[in-house]
Amino acid sequence: MTTQAIHSTVDTKGLACPMPIVKTAQHVKTVPSGALVEILSTDPGSVKDFAAWTRSTGNSLVEQSTDGGVYRFVIQRA
Amino acid sequence: MDEQPLALVLFSGTDDKLNAAAVMTAGAAALGRPVHVFLQYWALDAFRADRIRNDHGLAPEAGEQGAAAVNALRAAGQAPWYETMAQAKELGGVEIQACSLSMDILGIEATDLDPLVDGVEGVTAFYLNAGDGQMMFI
Repeated sequence: MTTQAIHSTVDTKGLACPMPIVKTAQHVKTVPSGALVEILSTDPGSVKDFAAWTRSTGNSLVEQSTDGGVYRFVIQRA
Repeated sequence: MDEQPLALVLFSGTDDKLNAAAVMTAGAAALGRPVHVFLQYWALDAFRADRIRNDHGLAPEAGEQGAAAVNALRAAGQAPWYETMAQAKELGGVEIQACSLSMDILGIEATDLDPLVDGVEGVTAFYLNAGDGQMMFI
């Protein structure tokens, strides 16, 4: 759990693979190190994609949940 | 950090194969991997500035059912392949080069190409610039 406020949200609902990751990668570059970024997606593939992307890029996946077909991720920039 | 370069040779010029190529490119770019794209034949033809937004059809194996599925995804607002390529380039590390032999065969001048294309080179330059990474042919 984290008490830090979300810095910004990337809403990728309705976008197909690989756009959720692409939009996130573009946005994360613009936030300060340590900032929390929330991502919303409706692409079921994004669950494995975000796990792989954070592992490979060194950013942290700090939260993950699903609500009615919407996947929510919180990533902390390295 | 996985930053192994990826080389993609695009030969086919149908929208489904170009979309597959754009997805592979964008995914690699999102991981920070350098991507070298080499455009040959019908893929190169599809990157002409005055044709890139055209309907380039689908590979024969799509059939009627496949075409219907692809069209449904389009209607649902899936980004066209050239927009996915543009997004990938925005991430950085993606270079798109036209094959000089294909340019000659198809009678294409550098000024005919969409701005997504960075330049024209021969196959030797492509191999050297692509380095030792994986190579895919689509």
